[in-house]
Amino acid sequence: MKIGGYLCTGCGIGDRLDTKSLESVAVREGRIGFCKTHDFLCSQAGVDMIKADMAAEGDDKVTKAVIMACSRRAKTESFNFGAVPTARVNLREGVIWIRPEGSEHDETTQEMAADYIRMGCAEVKAMQQADASGEQGKNNHIMVVGGGITGMTAALEASKAGYYASIIEKSDRLGGVMGQLKQRQPEHSPFQNPQDTGVAALIAAVEADDKITVYLNSTIAKTAGAPGRFEVDIASTVGAGTHAEFGAIVQATGFTPYDANNLPEFSYGKSPNVVTQLELEALARAAGDGPIKRADGKVVENVVFVQCAGQRSTKEGHLSYCSGHCCATSIKQAMYFKDSNPDIETTVLFDDIRTPGVGGENFYRSAQDKFVTFRKGKVSTVDVKGNELQVNFKDLILDEDAQMGADLVVLATGMLPNSGTDIDTMKDKDANGEVKVSVESILNLNYRQGPDMPQLVNGFTDSHFICFPYETRRTGIYSAGPVRRPMDAAQAQTDAMGAVMKAIQAIENSAIGRAAHPRSGDLSFPSFRKEGCTQCKRCTVECPFGAIDEDEKGYPKYNEARCRRCGTCMGACPVQVISFKNYSIETVGAQLKAVDVPDEFQEKPRILVLACENDAYPALDMAAMKRNESSAFIRVIPVRCLGSTNTIWIKDALGSGYDGVVMMGCKKGADYQCHFVKGSEMAHVRMAKIGDTLSTMNLEADRVAVHEVAITDIDRAPKLLDEMVEVINRVGLSPFKF
Amino acid sequence: MAKHEYSYYPGCSSQKGASSSNLEKSVETLCEELDIKLNPIPDWNCCGASIGYAGGGELPRMTLSARNLALSEKHHPDQDVVATCAACWLNTREVQERLNHNPTLKAETNIALQSVKLEYKGNKKVRHMVEVLIEDIGYDVLGSKVKKPLEGLKIAGYVGCQTNRPFGIAGESFENPMYLDKMVETLGAEALTKYDKKVACCSGALMFSEPEKGQALVKDIIESAYDSGANMIVTPCPLCQANVEIYQDDINARYKTNFDMPVMYYSQLMDVAFGRSALDAALNGNIIQSKKLREIADK
Amino acid sequence: MTTAVNQAMVEKYKGNFLKEVTDNVEEGNWVKMCMQCGVCSGSCPLGPHWDHPPQELFMMIRANKREEVLSSTSMWMCTSCYNCVARCPRGLPITHIMHGLAHYGKRMGMKPKNQPTEKFGQMFWDNLIKKGRVNELKLGLGLYFKDGFAEGVKVSMGKQKLGMNMMKAKRMSPMEILGGHGVSDLSGFHAMLKKAEELEAARVGANTDAK
Repeated sequence: MKIGGYLCTGCGIGDRLDTKSLESVAVREGRIGFCKTHDFLCSQAGVDMIKADMAAEGDDKVTKAVIMACSRRAKTESFNFGAVPTARVNLREGVIWIRPEGSEHDETTQEMAADYIRMGCAEVKAMQQADASGEQGKNNHIMVVGGGITGMTAALEASKAGYYASIIEKSDRLGGVMGQLKQRQPEHSPFQNPQDTGVAALIAAVEADDKITVYLNSTIAKTAGAPGRFEVDIASTVGAGTHAEFGAIVQATGFTPYDANNLPEFSYGKSPNVVTQLELEALARAAGDGPIKRADGKVVENVVFVQCAGQRSTKEGHLSYCSGHCCATSIKQAMYFKDSNPDIETTVLFDDIRTPGVGGENFYRSAQDKFVTFRKGKVSTVDVKGNELQVNFKDLILDEDAQMGADLVVLATGMLPNSGTDIDTMKDKDANGEVKVSVESILNLNYRQGPDMPQLVNGFTDSHFICFPYETRRTGIYSAGPVRRPMDAAQAQTDAMGAVMKAIQAIENSAIGRAAHPRSGDLSFPSFRKEGCTQCKRCTVECPFGAIDEDEKGYPKYNEARCRRCGTCMGACPVQVISFKNYSIETVGAQLKAVDVPDEFQEKPRILVLACENDAYPALDMAAMKRNESSAFIRVIPVRCLGSTNTIWIKDALGSGYDGVVMMGCKKGADYQCHFVKGSEMAHVRMAKIGDTLSTMNLEADRVAVHEVAITDIDRAPKLLDEMVEVINRVGLSPFKF
Repeated sequence: MAKHEYSYYPGCSSQKGASSSNLEKSVETLCEELDIKLNPIPDWNCCGASIGYAGGGELPRMTLSARNLALSEKHHPDQDVVATCAACWLNTREVQERLNHNPTLKAETNIALQSVKLEYKGNKKVRHMVEVLIEDIGYDVLGSKVKKPLEGLKIAGYVGCQTNRPFGIAGESFENPMYLDKMVETLGAEALTKYDKKVACCSGALMFSEPEKGQALVKDIIESAYDSGANMIVTPCPLCQANVEIYQDDINARYKTNFDMPVMYYSQLMDVAFGRSALDAALNGNIIQSKKLREIADK
Repeated sequence: MTTAVNQAMVEKYKGNFLKEVTDNVEEGNWVKMCMQCGVCSGSCPLGPHWDHPPQELFMMIRANKREEVLSSTSMWMCTSCYNCVARCPRGLPITHIMHGLAHYGKRMGMKPKNQPTEKFGQMFWDNLIKKGRVNELKLGLGLYFKDGFAEGVKVSMGKQKLGMNMMKAKRMSPMEILGGHGVSDLSGFHAMLKKAEELEAARVGANTDAK
């Protein structure tokens, strides 16, 4: 049982550093079993040497390793020793690539390397081998909430992949909104004409599939558990309820059409001849192969489509966003008229035509080719003149007020997501006065944080839309279709496939206790020391994924399969009782304490850098690849997420003579880039209060800085470190050097 | 027999005593050097240029070029049609493409052509002289002919519009065609590749009807050449050459500038580089002379 | 003064100017494909001098502003540089449409008054028709005198130096005034153009008759 140290002298490490002295630092000060050097440690020979030590018997067996070579982000395959706790000491990107050559720099550069080795040795000693908890089982059954085309596509995709699916549909039929349409936008080249919706074929396929069960007239009364072991009570309006178990959930609850009664300026409600796109579909279906008629039976001869009706607007009661499908929908509906009779006047009044993709563009062209008239104009009002309508608008190209007559006006109104209850409503959401669908819960989760999926903006479910759009904040539950963001049918079907893929991953991961994205494969999970816990509930509140419930006595109850292993709970805990076997208060705390802090007369400051391993740390690595010079006084410790940063580390560092602390996390806010969604934000909130600590210690507030750093901030990240060096130069060294 | 033979469409401004007779003369010399024979299309007529639309409708204008093409088909059945004037080339090529894509227009054109006992078939390749030089002769051969490299000349290559759009020289971009610069370098002169008015418009025929607007455009074209350090502008287009060269006095008066920028044809530069005399290169056909170029020619 | 064919067109298309343009204007069937991006307007060398750049003209056609479009001076600002054609993302042959609209407006009797390019263009056409080839000297003199004799003397005195320069360079010949170049089969040439004009007039006329 030994800790083995392995020092690589390749890539210039041996040329730039006194490796003999470093070996002795590792063994004497790091107190590990031994330290071997190799001039090419990541080569097969180097790796074989390490593996042989790990395979040895008895006292010679290496059970933990310290790899002193390059960044932990390099050579991950070579230095992957499975469950064996391994620390990576970054001598290449972290030291020699950011330090200038020349004898005047040698001393501080060598000290830097020695510190990192002390830190690596301390870290590995605090690490334990991570194993799965064995809490989970495997359940191959996916619950799909919603029987529209998104839900049906999801169920069919699950079945094709060999899994089971149950569709829970509130109404008495499958098909959703698409089932109410006459035709849909074309899916295939040449994208010129509307095509069959395909809903009937989907329903037939679902009904014929013996891996798919359909619950009509049904809602979800309760969802409990975690990925791999969801327990669901299905309620029925026509019969007895059912209890079922699922491995994962896809929420495909679609959208509710915007209420056009909010648009009196367009005479909606005043005239039956002003209709929404969905209402036009009903007229078109009623017409069959014949001409489309108004409510009064008159054949429509002149139809005007008003795009962005109550959408992309800052007016109160309007939607601020674009619903994505309505341009193509108006184009399709104009074709309903033109294809039946080319003499029917069809005018689309638009602000921007948005028909993304080759299919959309060709469909738009096809409509122009069919003499659908497109005028760039913003409609102000629609007036009722007897049996006719007058559309008043501003022509945005000719910059003048204009009007045109119509016998039917179609409003392209938007979509509102059916996301269930807004669990964050209590936290001043939607200050911008967006309209919302008032709803009951859809999932009825018995999670402590609330019964439905967290929302991001405008009521759409939070799905990490910038980096990982299929992710959500409830592991094992994935949203798909217009509940996630506004989209058209084709996108919703693609979305369904993505969500099912994620659901299958969740089932397979949870079955063996493995973390899902982004720490895929991590077997560690949080646990807490019960005797120290004060039942303050910070961890249950701050967990971005709602993983933590409470037991009867108010202690946290972890659900490993829901957990993403970010460590935000650990960072939140005021009494530091939460830890992972391979990542804990101790693994980081021991590192920062292992740094040799010179006394103030040596004038060598020490700056602690806690950098998010997902963005900030790679940004620093890349800056090093560009040989961006940095101070020899910084000591960087990667963290899983800035959310895992516990204030005790800051206090310990400042108390033990560090002169400054820099924290780097991902972008927070509505356009966040944090891999753990809320981690960076939580850290910022927590650190906002660090000023109190500083003032009680009589230290300057500037000594602690928190930054948002993106992986692309290759030039900016090292500059932020230079700034802290400047601060220390200005305010002087810390008085806490003993 | 000459190595390369073409059915030649000279165009109105290339005629003796017309505004681009110096282009005609210098191309003649160039063809002697490169063993090219240009056979003029017998009894050719005007192509209608760019502003013919004021008087002529679509069909009459198409018929003009169709007559030339039909004459070429009849008299030089195996030769590509070659033009030196940008507008002549563009109109002829465009009419051919449009007629070949529009059966109604083609049929009507042929009815009109019955009056001159001709028939348009539409099977000719219509090429610009520059394409002949690049594709049939090649930069290597052009370079090998250089006897007097044009050292010391800093040349802004002004491609202009109609040699460049909508067809352009094969393989070149509309926004930054490089062939003129390559030719200049082949002849031993310095090509100012950053010249930013390379494909700007000289106002074309509107120089006559809207002189103020036209001169404003030309002013920028010359100014930019000076800014790039040019001591000469070179162009393949006769109307560009005329518009940019002959109004410099007017522009100087209007804008208080001191422009005195020679504007030469690529063919004139080649003649001089290939060792031909100033007379053969029709240097006396320019209103603003380049001393340097003349020195090289007289060397 | 509008023409008889103009009246017939107005009656036939009854406010559907887009259809009229599609059926009758050179390359007019492309107008409906404009997607209003404005790249043409931004690419035009004389853009600032157009009352209505191409993008606007296309929208005016959709808005049935028939008279405003056909009598506009805008199309006459086209220098035929083809920049708009090269850049149009929808591939519209905008230069030809501009020529077509200008010519069609003129055919309908709605050409703008005293538009210099319209006048010069007509002179150019007349000049080339006469002999089959352009007589640059006569064209130039005609241009100077297009606004009357007194104005012409003033302009041509101003252009004296330019003319002398051109003659010195042998790029302008005073002999041209006596006749100059031309096609030899002049009667055939004229017959051909007459036939083409007849065919085109018949085609446009037929559109009006087919109500």
